[in-house]
Amino acid sequence: MKMKFLIPLVLFVLLVIFLAIGLNRDPHELPSPLINKPAPAFEIAQLSESNKTFSPASMKGKVWVLNVWASWCVACREEHPVLVELAKSQLAPVIGLDYRDQRQDALAMLARQGNPYLLSAFDANGRVGIDYGVYGVPETYVIDKAGIIRFKHIGPITMDLLNQKMYPLISELQKL
Amino acid sequence: MKQIALIALCLFSLGASFAKEATPLADDPVTEQRLISISEEMRCLVCQNESLAGSRSDLANDLRQEIRIQIKEGKSDDQIRNFMVERYGDFVLYRPPVKPITWLLWIGPFVLLLIGIAGLFTYLRRRNAAVSNIVLSDDDNQRIDALLKNAEQDKKGVP
Repeated sequence: MKMKFLIPLVLFVLLVIFLAIGLNRDPHELPSPLINKPAPAFEIAQLSESNKTFSPASMKGKVWVLNVWASWCVACREEHPVLVELAKSQLAPVIGLDYRDQRQDALAMLARQGNPYLLSAFDANGRVGIDYGVYGVPETYVIDKAGIIRFKHIGPITMDLLNQKMYPLISELQKL
Repeated sequence: MKQIALIALCLFSLGASFAKEATPLADDPVTEQRLISISEEMRCLVCQNESLAGSRSDLANDLRQEIRIQIKEGKSDDQIRNFMVERYGDFVLYRPPVKPITWLLWIGPFVLLLIGIAGLFTYLRRRNAAVSNIVLSDDDNQRIDALLKNAEQDKKGVP
């Protein structure tokens, strides 16, 4: 009976805990329904060689990274050195998806900042982006040997993310 | 010189904003009406507090265009909704589907209401129990009657 006056306090503390968790979450990070689903198929022109096409089917049997980027996207510039690092590690090929971009602008950015991509597919009207559920560039996917999406990150990837999540995941997927 | 540059800048940005306007694929009002009814129920993922119908972001333009195409192809509303959910998850829907993970969301408010009602009833019952029933004896009743009579006479006595 004596502890009754504690009930509002306990309720208040619970509320504070819920709000604290809610506030520390990024509302832009949504769970992707594409995880553990096959990477959507497409076949579109490449960025640097517009007479050649790229299709995810050609990556079957490899673990690879798909990075959605654009020359107009500021966060992509910030992320770029990390991608160069990832490419240097040679753990997995990095394929770019140049999203809603101008060809010259995209090529100029790669010339200026270095090109971490094995190749980039050129998604001029963003239609491929819709199939991949892209809503904020940059976005990064790790796709396994069977063509299944195993990981998705929205927003720029960081060295911490590479070391703590992506490298371990990629090496694990390589073993399968 | 500065003014000319400013005017040029204004004109330029005006042109840019015109260029961004999506060209409507369907001018027929039936398609547009269906587009609005579908996209009003969906969240724009770029600016999460706007509906897909109301947002001016590039992605929302693209998605509206995609929905137009699918309406033209004769897809049903459910098929179009599924298309969106497969890509962006249940989050695009303002009305999330009822399934185990959303039970708390749907039923939670009613559970809270029930807890509140139960709390109110126990409180009221306890309060009623706290008021002790006093049984009046005949003596008490006579005293009360006398007091009331006195009070009435006092009232009449006052001019």
